[in-house]
Amino acid sequence: MSERPDTAAQTAAPNGERADLRPENIQDAVIRLAGNSQDGIQTAGAFLARLAGRSEHDVMTYMTIPATISGGPSIFQVRIGSGEVLSAGDEADFLVAFYQHSYQDHIGFLREGGVLLYDSDNVEPNLDDKRFFYVGVPITGLTVEALGGTAKDKGKNIFVLGLIAKIFNLDAEKLKRVITEKFSGKDQSVVNTALMAFQAGYAYPVGNVLTKHYRFEHIPRASGRAQITMDGNQALAYGLIAGGVRYGAGYPITPWSSVMEVLRRELPKYGGIFVQAEDELASVSIALGCSYSGYLAVTGSAGPGISLKAEAIGWASMAEIPIIICNIQRGGPSTGLPTNVEQSDLHQAIFGSHGDSPRVVLAPASVEDCFYIAIEAARIARKYSTPVFILSDTSLATRIEAFDEPDLSKLMVDPKPDLTPRQTHKPYPIDQITHHVPPGTRILDGKYPLLAGLEHDEMGHPTGSPKLHMAMTAKRRNKLRKLAEEIPVPEIYGNQEGDTLLVGWGSTYGPIHDAVKMARDNGEKVGALHLRHLHPLPNGLEKIFDKFKRIVTVEMNDQGVYGFGQLATILRARYCEPKITSFTKTDGLTFRVKEILDGVFKGKSFLARHIPREGAEVIHQAGAENVKTLKEVVPQGVG
Amino acid sequence: MNEATTGNGDGSTTVAAGVSPALAEPPREKLTKKAITADHPTWCPGCGDFAVLAAFYKVLEKRNLEHEKIVTLAGIGCSSRFPYFVNGHGAHYIHGRAVPLASGISLARPDLHVFLFGGDGDGFSIGGNHLDHGARKNINMTYFIMDNFVYGLTKKQTSPTSPIGFKSKTDPTGAIDQPVNPMKKLISAGATFIARTHAAQVPHMIQMIERAFDHHGFSVIECLSECVEFYPDVFDPANPKKGGSFELIQEKKWDNTPEDELRHDVTDELAAYKLAQLPFPGVFGVFYETDRPTKNALEKKWIETTREKTGNASDLEILQKTFDRMK
Repeated sequence: MSERPDTAAQTAAPNGERADLRPENIQDAVIRLAGNSQDGIQTAGAFLARLAGRSEHDVMTYMTIPATISGGPSIFQVRIGSGEVLSAGDEADFLVAFYQHSYQDHIGFLREGGVLLYDSDNVEPNLDDKRFFYVGVPITGLTVEALGGTAKDKGKNIFVLGLIAKIFNLDAEKLKRVITEKFSGKDQSVVNTALMAFQAGYAYPVGNVLTKHYRFEHIPRASGRAQITMDGNQALAYGLIAGGVRYGAGYPITPWSSVMEVLRRELPKYGGIFVQAEDELASVSIALGCSYSGYLAVTGSAGPGISLKAEAIGWASMAEIPIIICNIQRGGPSTGLPTNVEQSDLHQAIFGSHGDSPRVVLAPASVEDCFYIAIEAARIARKYSTPVFILSDTSLATRIEAFDEPDLSKLMVDPKPDLTPRQTHKPYPIDQITHHVPPGTRILDGKYPLLAGLEHDEMGHPTGSPKLHMAMTAKRRNKLRKLAEEIPVPEIYGNQEGDTLLVGWGSTYGPIHDAVKMARDNGEKVGALHLRHLHPLPNGLEKIFDKFKRIVTVEMNDQGVYGFGQLATILRARYCEPKITSFTKTDGLTFRVKEILDGVFKGKSFLARHIPREGAEVIHQAGAENVKTLKEVVPQGVG
Repeated sequence: MNEATTGNGDGSTTVAAGVSPALAEPPREKLTKKAITADHPTWCPGCGDFAVLAAFYKVLEKRNLEHEKIVTLAGIGCSSRFPYFVNGHGAHYIHGRAVPLASGISLARPDLHVFLFGGDGDGFSIGGNHLDHGARKNINMTYFIMDNFVYGLTKKQTSPTSPIGFKSKTDPTGAIDQPVNPMKKLISAGATFIARTHAAQVPHMIQMIERAFDHHGFSVIECLSECVEFYPDVFDPANPKKGGSFELIQEKKWDNTPEDELRHDVTDELAAYKLAQLPFPGVFGVFYETDRPTKNALEKKWIETTREKTGNASDLEILQKTFDRMK
């Protein structure tokens, strides 16, 4: 690298590995990697996330993937914080641009005073824009050089990882271990190549172009438990396993596929089977067969597939069969936006079969919650012998978070069916909750149960009796009322009473809470209520609503013909409360904190707490003539 | 389809888990027709399906199966009311999807005897795709299709097996679409046991059900079962009592005689296909039977090798190990 004449400027104290850079303690950084999907930026981002998790930092990621088969622009954003990280960050502190289009498309997301790290072989930034710091590194050339040219420019991602590790003072040895583990299943040469690329990036004299490196402050975690790092679909799959789900079936569809891939691979270890079915109708039917046979099973999909499963889910309501249905929501309707996020399947989940077909609908708030909600879904499905929806979405599915390792010894459920002979058995007792006996169970009085999609009597035999249809319809609905009694009323975050209550569900948990934090910092009397149980709703919400002047749901779906988001529509119908309104959007992207604040508090502007300090110096690589004295680079997110 | 009766596909043997068999299990009586009879069938008087039900009762009695392990399943249609008339564990599912429902039961609980009943609309039209995939995956079950060439429950519309020219409410001037040839469809889909019978031939039906039951894999029987209301007399050409002829497939005896040369080799797919080409009413018996590993067996094998790799660790140990790798 010494042959590069344009990395001319020298800064203080070049001796010692990092003495060329002055350390700066930070609590929070948002790093956005922008390139093409085949560049492996997801892999690099995931390494950062895993490392942060291992270093006891909170971490959250945000990923967009193109819907094209291979290639296309793609980003991976990592937010690493020493405190609690709830959202992926509105703005990046640090943008890595691999291509000109990456620079052009994402420079708008770089906050003022942020650092643009760009591949000077491919990107020509507008250096006249003085809002940012420019760090040009010939990433492509140096990667090819480091790897001997045979790998073409593959490995750029790992080279950049090395650069970032240096700039953010990350534990290089730990990071190398993470890299080695990731590639351990492959040829040793793959591991070696990756480590060479990493080393080359790490050894690059960033001191020539940047005056300081950053060090995350160590804030001990309260729990004292180790952290695990995974994405939402993994958390969902492992939660199902912990909850005792051993069988399931599915059909590939974005963004559900990775759940079924994990289950197909993992379930045999637990003696179970996941079936890749010929279509969505078969997959829900196979899962229902497994459930009927005594093993609570799972199926899942995204909107298009859930539409196809609707009839069978109605059968599960009617025949009262437990089953878990995961809907990893994406933009709809129809094929819609396959790789974008939306929360537009709430009504479909609650009402999406013909007839009065009660079912339970839950939604996880975070990656960690994907794990726990799967366990809860399994518990509810068994206890109430009912279909249970889990409404996740694209953003939860693909983002990686670090969370406290669950105490599995307290959570694992043994799924073995109870085949103890019964003296007598009624599958559908009018005044009790149905609990089926699995086939293979002897019924000693010789009267065996039939599970039916036709309206039936207590033994499951068909009936056209008007009285019985009413009684059975009520029976199926009443068990959900029973469930509502045991759902805890969620706690209000922020002000316990006041002017505005934001109500959310699903993956908007983080940005809504960050928005409340910021609004309160600016003097607003605002609270947030997050609903994990959407159908039935917990009892007692009206008491919470009474304490606020207005209730605004924040949802990623359309306001519909009547002007209210899908949750708001349900809440208005349930509570007849005109002060409930909604703030919705359908751009296929996760909420930015600022968007929520602008939408809920129209006309007001809020200031972030952090105000950039003066005095730092940054030199960019294009030459000494570009040395500028600029505001300090303090990577920080919002709030 | 009569596989081992222990094990749940998960390497465990949990049948009657935790119960002392001496106390909880009263002695078994022989399975009788009375024990397995449930509601009186709602079929029209004279419907071919009555004979199918009688034949099924006979097989259950003859084989003296454990009552609680009999599972009867169906989709939608006249014949799909079948499970209501059998006193045993069972389910009446939605239209066309009984094969995947049965697949889930068969895979999760190989100790059960999974019987599936349905008609031509359920099996060859709305459920046609599932028939193909159940067949190619060779999922262990016995599937009995009562084919009456017409939609009966909805009162005379054209079915996927209605012959060209059949006048129905949806084809008042006669059906124009090429009908499905069930035997050809099943052969090309990869079903491992394929037979054809006639509801007026009870001994032959019993024989076919028994052979299908004994076969390991996806066993399908197509049974011509007359709809007396909407397509009467259509199967008379195969009924000797009505002046027709019930021509049986002569299967090879492998006795090296010259006449054996002419007999049908049930493992010969092309020969089976040729039999399926014969004009209506065609021939009856086993068209095709082959021994191919079931999905049940293949999944079980995968489970066993995977479990071995984990050192047969407990569920908790396995998940903990996975999480340790994610730290």
